[in-house]
Amino acid sequence: MQCSDSIPSAQTGVGSHRERSGEPVRTVVSNLPFEDLKKREQPNRRYEGNAIRTNKYRLWSFIPMNLFEQFHRMANIYFVGLAILNFVPVVNAFQPEVALIPICIILALTAVKDGWEDFRRYQTDQQLNNTPCFIFSRKQMCFVERRWKDVRVGDFVRVLSNEIIPADILLLHTSDPNGVCHMETANLDGETSLKQRKVVPGFSSLVRVLPITKYLERPDKRRTGFGIDSLLLRGCMVRNTDDAAGIVVYAGHETKSMLNNSGPRYKRSKIERKMNTDVLFCVVLLFFMCLIGALGHAIWLETFSSMPSYIVPDSNGNYTPSVLAGFYMFFTMIILLQVMIPVSLYVSIELVKMGQIFFITQDVELYDEELDRRVQCRALNITEDLGQIQYVFSDKTGTLTENKMVFRRCSVMGTEYCHEENAARLAVISGANEEEEVTIYQQTKLPPLFPLEELQDVHTGDKNHANTQVTAASRRRSKVAAEAQSDMAFSSPLETVVVPDRKLILEVDRQMASIQTGPYLDFFLALAICNTVLVSSVTAQRQRVRVNVADLAGAERVGDVLRALTHIFCAANLSNESDGFHSSDVSDAAGQKVISSERKVKSGLSGSEEVCYEAHSPDEAALIHAAKAYGFTMMERTPHYVTVKLPDEALLKFEVLDILTFDSTRRRMSIIVRHPHTKEIIMYTKGADSAIMERLGNVFSGDKIKCVEQWCGWKAVCFSLKVISEQEFRAWSAVRQEALSAIEEKEERLMETANFIESSFTLLGATGIEDRLQESVPETIQALRRAGMQVWVLTGDKPETAINIAYSCKLLEHEDLVFTFSTSRKVLQCQLTNASVPEQTFTGPLMEPSIGLVIDGPTLSMAMSDELVELFVELCKHCRAVLCCRVTPLQKSAVVKLIRQKLRVMTLAVGDGANDVNMIQAADVGIGVSGQEGMQAVMASDFAITRFKHLQRLLLVHGHWCYSRLANMVIYFFYKNVAYVNLLFWYQFFCGFSATAMIDYWLMIFFNLFFTSAPPIMFGIMEKEVSDSTLLSLPELYKRGQHSEGYRRSTFWIAILDAFYQSLVCFFIPYWTYNGSDIGIFAFGTPMNTVSLFTIILHLAIEIKSWTAVHWVIMIGSVLVYFIVTLAYSAICISCNPPSDPYWIMHKQMADPMFYLVCILTTVVALLPR
Amino acid sequence: MMASSYNAKDEDGHHPGSVGSGGPGAVKSKKPDNTAFKQQRLPAWQPILTAGTVLPAFFMIGLIFIPIGIGLLVTSNNIKEFEIDYTGVDMFSPCFNCSQSYSWNSTSACTCSVPFTLDQPFESNVFMYYGLSNFYQNHRRYVKSRDDSQLNGDKSSLLNPSKECEPYRTSDKKSIAPCGAIANSLFNDTLELFYIHPNGSRIAIHLVKTGIAWWTDKHVKFRNPGENNNNLSIVFQDTSKPVNWRKPVYELDPSDPDNNGFINEDFIVWMRTAALPTFRKLYRIIQKKKDNMTPTLPPGNYSLEVIYSILEKRITKMKTQIKMLRFTVFLRSVYCQIHKLPELSMLKKENILILFFQLQNLTFISKFYLLFFCNYL
Repeated sequence: MQCSDSIPSAQTGVGSHRERSGEPVRTVVSNLPFEDLKKREQPNRRYEGNAIRTNKYRLWSFIPMNLFEQFHRMANIYFVGLAILNFVPVVNAFQPEVALIPICIILALTAVKDGWEDFRRYQTDQQLNNTPCFIFSRKQMCFVERRWKDVRVGDFVRVLSNEIIPADILLLHTSDPNGVCHMETANLDGETSLKQRKVVPGFSSLVRVLPITKYLERPDKRRTGFGIDSLLLRGCMVRNTDDAAGIVVYAGHETKSMLNNSGPRYKRSKIERKMNTDVLFCVVLLFFMCLIGALGHAIWLETFSSMPSYIVPDSNGNYTPSVLAGFYMFFTMIILLQVMIPVSLYVSIELVKMGQIFFITQDVELYDEELDRRVQCRALNITEDLGQIQYVFSDKTGTLTENKMVFRRCSVMGTEYCHEENAARLAVISGANEEEEVTIYQQTKLPPLFPLEELQDVHTGDKNHANTQVTAASRRRSKVAAEAQSDMAFSSPLETVVVPDRKLILEVDRQMASIQTGPYLDFFLALAICNTVLVSSVTAQRQRVRVNVADLAGAERVGDVLRALTHIFCAANLSNESDGFHSSDVSDAAGQKVISSERKVKSGLSGSEEVCYEAHSPDEAALIHAAKAYGFTMMERTPHYVTVKLPDEALLKFEVLDILTFDSTRRRMSIIVRHPHTKEIIMYTKGADSAIMERLGNVFSGDKIKCVEQWCGWKAVCFSLKVISEQEFRAWSAVRQEALSAIEEKEERLMETANFIESSFTLLGATGIEDRLQESVPETIQALRRAGMQVWVLTGDKPETAINIAYSCKLLEHEDLVFTFSTSRKVLQCQLTNASVPEQTFTGPLMEPSIGLVIDGPTLSMAMSDELVELFVELCKHCRAVLCCRVTPLQKSAVVKLIRQKLRVMTLAVGDGANDVNMIQAADVGIGVSGQEGMQAVMASDFAITRFKHLQRLLLVHGHWCYSRLANMVIYFFYKNVAYVNLLFWYQFFCGFSATAMIDYWLMIFFNLFFTSAPPIMFGIMEKEVSDSTLLSLPELYKRGQHSEGYRRSTFWIAILDAFYQSLVCFFIPYWTYNGSDIGIFAFGTPMNTVSLFTIILHLAIEIKSWTAVHWVIMIGSVLVYFIVTLAYSAICISCNPPSDPYWIMHKQMADPMFYLVCILTTVVALLPR
Repeated sequence: MMASSYNAKDEDGHHPGSVGSGGPGAVKSKKPDNTAFKQQRLPAWQPILTAGTVLPAFFMIGLIFIPIGIGLLVTSNNIKEFEIDYTGVDMFSPCFNCSQSYSWNSTSACTCSVPFTLDQPFESNVFMYYGLSNFYQNHRRYVKSRDDSQLNGDKSSLLNPSKECEPYRTSDKKSIAPCGAIANSLFNDTLELFYIHPNGSRIAIHLVKTGIAWWTDKHVKFRNPGENNNNLSIVFQDTSKPVNWRKPVYELDPSDPDNNGFINEDFIVWMRTAALPTFRKLYRIIQKKKDNMTPTLPPGNYSLEVIYSILEKRITKMKTQIKMLRFTVFLRSVYCQIHKLPELSMLKKENILILFFQLQNLTFISKFYLLFFCNYL
């Protein structure tokens, strides 16, 4: 009596992970019979419990673990190495303990940060673990309230509406009569649409009838596959279902949501990579300086025939041989000059980037009022890469365009209906009137019952309404904004209101009146049925089912079922079905629809006004509204029936036999229904024109094809019909069922069956849907162009549409020379060579025509094959614009990778949909547009914007700023450290290379830590070299960042040279001043320290191009802090820091006019070259 | 996470028109605050470097420096300095014998007298320095070799000095006070100055040996152990003298209890290690005459008596020939307000630099002029 299953292992993440853990087939046994047993004897003891622990550390292990983690970083190892070196006696460190301070501070800061983050994780874990849930208890024969952490594999768990699912649960029962349960996966993937889950086949009916005996009789020897269809995932929320119950199959860390949790994205920016090599240069420099010190010391010692009294022998009274002393000196020098390696740079950079991100997200220009969304920075450390982009890869739909579909025209039986009124109406809509707003609001108003806290979590539906409201509001504020509406497609007036074409209405009416059937009717029926749009009445929308713990009846009932189940060893075997949400949701996003509460439409209430559609893709919404405009209103959709109201108010109730959902390979979807009157089995299919055309049964529609081809600006969707005989369907259905429950190669087999039935269609007609360009896209593209960026558009659309859009968004100009590649292999090679050869000749003389390249998917994959790839890349370099059509998501990312690797350029990918995720991840900078198609692109992106036009400001202004700020700051940091360290180095020539520091050790540490750290950080965050308006009006300024002009090797070396010069001045002017005088060693260091502080601060002051109050405060504050700290320190410290005796030195110095003279003179001389 | 949050649904639900911008608290917007700081629009001063702004700045700097330079020049011209070298490496030097024959074991100190003549009178207070060149008081291990808490009068450090003092920490199983290499190498030549009256009589010039160290050093940083116990020989009884010293620390100045032991000013001055290998240290002060009529040191013949007990004889065997010791005299009469500042002698170099700077400044200015004109053309 085992119902176990196994399902073909998916090739990806989760699947393989689970497989690795050695259980491709998971057998789960109910816990109920074993409830009283001890833990060791439980059948599911092997599986993990539901308690989770995401915090890395425990209280007792925090310090060792955290230290271990931190020592993985190179910089920290360097620090610790130095600290250890300090304690080696032969290096004669002044104060080994003081040397520990920097490392301790850095380690402590990081540890506090880590600890805090970990504690937060611990808190959320605790909160989650202690969330209440209902577990069935056999003793009490009902569901009892427990905590999440008590849930074990094999338990029966009941989840109520709007509750979060505690573990991965195999759905066995729902309150829904159709055996479905909806869940919202927003917590997992940000996808706000609802996913439908079905009760495991065979269970739903049983549960309702509840005959235990029948259940036992069920021939369950056959293994059935439980797909993701019946799995409720941890972390998701149950929606629109009163309650659902099921058996836990994966708990705790084995749940999908936990396995999917990957750490934050970490990208290393270009500057950082470059910086690391420069740090290496610093190491080399340090090495040479230490070498000079070591050699110098050895030679210096050699000059003495006998040791003078200032050379201190070791404790036995012996003198170290000079070579050995030189060798030791090398290490002492490392300690002395360690500041050369700017370790604080890394900490500062993190701080600076935090500040930069703060300002980016605060930019009000990048704020979208309609969506109430700011720009999001999801990757924390590549802000400056925004300033170095050379290639921009953009998606078309939803990125360049609104992705709001407008029904523009249709063609039925070869006749084209233009819907000119509709078009005309669209033109006027920008001046939307008050009345209309009111209707929008009424349509979308929320039931008053809705509790407030729920609203925060309710996604798709509510958000749409919210957006509509915002829309209404903003419209009132500015009518102009209406052009830029970006509310979800299906509630916008643009889609909902379609003005029917008069001719077509006549035609339809004629057919309706006469024969009740005909191609026109079929066409509109297809429009109305062939989708997965859900209907919800206004009142029933997203109604929250009151959670009622004392729902005894329900509990009792489910309890009975479960009791029945306890007699059976039910083994659920879950598919390793997917690679997390990405792949499964690609199809979801594209094809699956939002399913809302399936309450019946109150048919009594008159009119279509009451019907509200929830579609997931905007074109479906456009189509169904178009159908509605012609009187074909879909009234209700359940898993088994679709009801359509005809223009004559008659209701047609189709029995749904099967739905072949949309996927990106087939690019079509079909619905198989039984006609209520004729009882014929009809399959309606819709799909992209090419997907349909190639599978047409008869060839009578040649002219239609032509007609569709002409609509190049619009997305064409073709509808077709196929009547299937009863026999044929039954045969196919059997195969289909087999495929559905297949264990191996399920996907392939499902695809095969779909392809098999979807053939020899009869074409009904085609619709043209327009996707309008987003606001100021052409301007943005032009600005990016002027900024020296190459803009590529990668789209899945057909070439005609893509080219049309490309022209309208000024990607291609009419005078451009456009190559279109769409050919077979052999020809392609010639084309490529031909195209690139004239290119070579073009580049030199006269006027260079701008070249546009249009290439389609199959050709692209050929072009990217090994032998052609070089040519292709070469050609692309010469093209002003490249347009890739009909490319798959994988190809998109392949193109990005190709360009990135071959040309070694900085790439940026921008997209809005699930199909852009690969591309976004492949590029150096991925930008997600949060638009109509859910949140997946945003989840994968580094930055998320709401409109394409924001790209202009994000790149040209913030990118430029971040880049120049960071570049300048990094350079400055190198300069600062080298300048300071060299002071010590020059001193070595006057102390016998004995690695003496003339500056007090504490002050040296404070110098980097406090006195000079704030100004560069502020510089990195707030510097404004050029104002944003200038940057926007002169995009050419961006080229500076593209060519990395802010931070080059030469800039680095110039900064180092400058540092050398300044340190020479800072050392030798005080040296000449005090040489031969009775100045003490640390009294000598004090003016030097002061001088270099002034020099370093003023150097920065020269670099700063705009001074705000913050600048003044920090700059002056730093100097004040220096004096206050130094004065206080030398007033307090009498003998606290041997051998340096800072006591009263500063005061003495400051009472000396010489000190000021030296300070002024040195600073001025040091900064003169600037 | 993305959803906007809503309030006041119930009331608004019935009056759709009221929702929107006018709705009472309807939408808690995520709109960033439009403040100058957050929008990076803080009022900013943007200095633009043009010839018009830079040139006056350069002139201003030049103008500021010129009076400073003149002032310093005058000051340093008024400083009189006289330098006597008594190292004794030169065959004809009076101290040649001492430098050659001196040895640690000799019981009697070697004495030599160096005659010199002052052509000009030295007025006001005269500072007497001793100088050493190529003496690396700034050697890392040398600098370390001291125990500040011992010198601060700490009892436990007195008997158990810091390890940094090795190998001058203990001798004969007794701790050394003061320990360390710095103290051990204390400069202990004795210098005396005589005025040779034209009539041939030698008049000793009174040299003041207090007031040469920093006040804070003498009163705070350096303290004798044993609180107010005036009998330093008891306080220091369990310690031994540094190996190079001929007398223990409590006999440095037996005549003046306030200048004895650790608070002996010669000792304190020596302990403040010099920054550079060629240095001088204040030795004595010759106070001006009370009547103010006669100069402190009238012109004439003088004699410097040196009790030659220089650090170690080995120094003379250094490979490079270096002047070992210098004796310098300053005179400062004009600038009384800064007369505590012996370093002012160095200002000559300073002046050269300032002139140099001004020259440089001029060249820069001319370059700017050129640039300026070029831009116009």
